[in-house]
Amino acid sequence: MITRWLVALLFFAGLVVVWYLVVKAQIWSPLLLPSPLSVLDYLRAAAQDGTLWEATLVTVRRLLIGYGLGLLAGLPLGLLTASSRWCHDTIGILALGLQTLPSVCWVPLALLWFGQTEAAMLFVVVMGTLWSLIIATDNGVRTIPPIYSRAARSMGSTGLHTWTHVVLPAALPFLLSGMKQGWAFAWRSLMAAEIFVTILTGFGLGHLLHYGRELNAMDQVIGVMLVIVVIGLAVDKTLFAPIEQFLHRRWGTARA
Amino acid sequence: MLTAEHLPTHSRAAKLVLEHVSKWFRTSSLNVHALDDVTLRIAEGEFVCLVGPSGCGKSTLLNIIAGLERPDRGIVQADGQAIIAAGPQRLMMFQEAALFPWLTVLSNVLFGLKLSSGLSAGERRDQAEYFLELVGLKRFMHSNIHELSGGMKQRVALARALAPNPSVLLMDEPFGALDALTREQLYGDIQRIWTQHRKTIVFVTHNVREAVCLGDRVILFSPHPGRIREEFAIPLPRPRDINSVELARYATEITRVLKGYVQPEVAG
Repeated sequence: MITRWLVALLFFAGLVVVWYLVVKAQIWSPLLLPSPLSVLDYLRAAAQDGTLWEATLVTVRRLLIGYGLGLLAGLPLGLLTASSRWCHDTIGILALGLQTLPSVCWVPLALLWFGQTEAAMLFVVVMGTLWSLIIATDNGVRTIPPIYSRAARSMGSTGLHTWTHVVLPAALPFLLSGMKQGWAFAWRSLMAAEIFVTILTGFGLGHLLHYGRELNAMDQVIGVMLVIVVIGLAVDKTLFAPIEQFLHRRWGTARA
Repeated sequence: MLTAEHLPTHSRAAKLVLEHVSKWFRTSSLNVHALDDVTLRIAEGEFVCLVGPSGCGKSTLLNIIAGLERPDRGIVQADGQAIIAAGPQRLMMFQEAALFPWLTVLSNVLFGLKLSSGLSAGERRDQAEYFLELVGLKRFMHSNIHELSGGMKQRVALARALAPNPSVLLMDEPFGALDALTREQLYGDIQRIWTQHRKTIVFVTHNVREAVCLGDRVILFSPHPGRIREEFAIPLPRPRDINSVELARYATEITRVLKGYVQPEVAG
């Protein structure tokens, strides 16, 4: 376990060293490729004056609300499309179609409908999450071997009991990967929305990124990108990894 | 709705009656006549084996007895009551381990118990442990399903099927996927358990020796459409050894008859 951590640590330290050496070699202008140290300086300054924390908070709050709404609607709709042919032929096809739409394409529509408001942000996140979640849930439930339901029925399980005690737990590995995908989509949509939509109710990480470009502040651009990556990783490791590990232990699937 | 599972325990006269049962499976391109006019009576505590080549409808018949499928024609009764739904009175054990991988061994056995009995949590637990002990797997009750071998999985499936105290146990080629040695151990186990608990067992297999080793009666099916062709009583004393000469004699005879039904199909 410790060696695995060590290997990961060495790898990323190595990346930073390579970055540093490339900057030292002065191949590109420092305006285009700032050194790791100046990025660190920016992050320290932004953390001290609070802009970084505030932006992170605003972004994460939007993300959680939007993702939560997406889950709340997506999971039941996915179960619905999996259990009823009518729903599959209607909502299922709608979801399949809209899922192919890159989430940034929702931004113009959201702006016209909601103006430069928080609602526009959430709308883009929900649209980015919902459809892929519906499809992942639907696929998950359909992939369950029918023998589970038959065995449960033979033991006297019916209706709601079968859903809560057999179908949902059996679909859990698929639901989880759907939720992970949904999370990644939510993250992408929100960043797209924040970069394109300037609103006054909250200044998120996407905005910091956008203004980094406007001000030609490459240290800010790279610094914020790093923060976005770190948040994504942290969520994966704290939110999804424990559930995944539990699933691997129980199901006996390959260990990550 | 009054189903068999709500009947009081004193009326568990576990006797199965099938009269003129027919079943078709219709798809857009096919119309398969799975069962044709099957009539069969099974006494309480009897161990009956249904034997026949694949496609003879024996598994379909088992599903109908379980209440997982409805016949298109004919009468199916358990304890004099029409079978209209599946329930823990007649538990089914499948060829592939249909154990739930998201539950531990113990929780798998508890699944059916929670659904069927008015027992307290403690009593359910005792019951589950008793049956795990019976199949020799109490040590593994906290294991995950994927940690078990194929034979152990089928033992857990057996414990899970026995735990809710069904009056009828339906077994659909439960040992088909196991190696010969494991299978022989399980023949011993199932005979011991049957002698102790006297369940009514309907056992589907295409292995004639297996049928002769386990059954009081062996019922021979022929395919297309599935029909009962012949019945053999097996009066051998128990416990039976699948490798005994006596048993082989019965098996040879039955196999000879079975081939007579299958060959014309192949030739035609």
